Amino acid sequence: MHQLTIAEMIRGLQSKAFSSMELTRHLLARIQQLDSSYNSFITVTEELALSQAEAADQRIAKGEAPTLCGVPVAHKDIICTNGIRTSCASKMLDNFIPPYDATIVENLNGAGTVTLGKTNMDEFAMGSSNESSYYGPVKNPWNTRCVPGGSSGGSAAAVAALLVPGATATDTGGSIRQPAALTNTTGLKPTYGRVSRWGIVAYASSLDQAGPIARNAEDAAYLLSAMVSHDPKDSTSLNRPHEDFTAGLSDSIAGLKIGVPKEYFGEGLNAETAARVQDALKEFEKLGAELVDISLPHTELAIPAYYVIAPAEASANLSRFDGVRYGHRCENPKDLRDLYMRSRGEGFGEEVQRRILVGSYALSAGYYDAYYNKAQQVRRLIKQDFVQAFEKVDVIMGPTTPSPAFELGAKGADPVAMYLEDIYTIATNLAGLPGMSIPCGLVNNLPVGLQITGNYLDESRMLNVAHQYQQVTDWHQASAV
Amino acid sequence: MAVDTQTVEKLAELARIAISEETIEEVSGRLGDILQLVDQLQAVNTDGVVPMAHPLDEVQTLRADKVTETDQHQSFLNLAPQSEEGLYLVPKVID
Repeated sequence: MHQLTIAEMIRGLQSKAFSSMELTRHLLARIQQLDSSYNSFITVTEELALSQAEAADQRIAKGEAPTLCGVPVAHKDIICTNGIRTSCASKMLDNFIPPYDATIVENLNGAGTVTLGKTNMDEFAMGSSNESSYYGPVKNPWNTRCVPGGSSGGSAAAVAALLVPGATATDTGGSIRQPAALTNTTGLKPTYGRVSRWGIVAYASSLDQAGPIARNAEDAAYLLSAMVSHDPKDSTSLNRPHEDFTAGLSDSIAGLKIGVPKEYFGEGLNAETAARVQDALKEFEKLGAELVDISLPHTELAIPAYYVIAPAEASANLSRFDGVRYGHRCENPKDLRDLYMRSRGEGFGEEVQRRILVGSYALSAGYYDAYYNKAQQVRRLIKQDFVQAFEKVDVIMGPTTPSPAFELGAKGADPVAMYLEDIYTIATNLAGLPGMSIPCGLVNNLPVGLQITGNYLDESRMLNVAHQYQQVTDWHQASAV
Repeated sequence: MAVDTQTVEKLAELARIAISEETIEEVSGRLGDILQLVDQLQAVNTDGVVPMAHPLDEVQTLRADKVTETDQHQSFLNLAPQSEEGLYLVPKVID
């Protein structure tokens, strides 16, 4: 049963070939048996899952079940869940149990999904390898000596290990697409504002966006359809009509114009990764698409701009963790300053502290214009590159990551080297565009991801393009386990 | 760009994060590497470019000025490390 896709589970549940209770019990047992090898879950919500599965079976029996009713999912542990610990993989929030659900959890619960648990991640979503979790690193199911990518590494690894068919995740600089690429899963970051951020612990508010990680584009389309809604509780939530993202999956892509940026195939890209991506582009040509050479000239500035903007926003967002209202508090503080300083010094891990300090620097008197304001200007230049490109093409394609998964610990001593892992994904977040990663081959038995960047609000087309590729290739069916 | 330990101490104070004496050298080295990376921005000509704070330049949404939230203060107080009689407790601030 664990090998079924979400689409197959929907058919099986609706035809009553199996019940949600059977499916849920099977996957819970699998998590219990196997997850010690991957560490992809922080919390397993067995009791909740069984009660939701029972309720789902009742809805199915009455013939009033929504499409996803009874399908098991997991939520990244940055997404608030009522009565269930939401730790952000941090000692700071190790004891935090929110009294509310995030809007996307509410939406998925409303669609009848069954929550199996909360997935591991980089602390406060800061990382590209999933090694900075307070609960220990996640292991890549393709090779447990390697990282699964970050920060949504737990969600990606759980899907790749067939512990759950789909999971929620968040992407601030590539954290859905990069782990999807390294684990042979399909991950989609929607247009900024498409999915409500209410109830998701904020890292960098102008960049954060939630989306699904699943085994293929069709499954991602099912999950995204349930996740998207206009949310008055999130002032950046876009008010657009509801879309069924599965509706256009079968459309032909003949005549599609695919932009191929020269900057994504330069120095720093692993030669074999480049070859797998080029092979994928040839497949698209066979499907009737046309490849168009384009340039995104400000690409190399995306990382420096991100590492000013994201830490600056993080330093403001994480100021709420002060040991007073929730989260970790140090023992016996001698005064209020001591309480703040020690609670935050003890509660935050190394990478989180580093980013807060960089953000404080960028926003401090005398440096604001030189760093923060400058980065926001460069951000506009990066967006303009994409706007100009989309005047000529329908989607943009390239590698998701510079190389396949690297070994645990390989880049831990050099934060700057780690930051370069997101070199192809960050610009999409700065511009607010939707992006996804789909499996497109293996190098030394480690997965390679193809990145598809779409125009604003064009998630349907991206999913259609990805699905058509997955109809003629079987990379997405390759399994780690 | 090098970051001296005095600057790190000042940043730690601004960010309200206690950093131990033993790690301050290492922290300053790492911050220096990151600031060297972001210093690439200084070479870009951005004359006349309007800074971009929101990716879609959307207009801020407004709502009617009326209370829609229910009172959940007890739920939130329950999360606090220390609270009493509906208030958050902190060490004494005024002598």
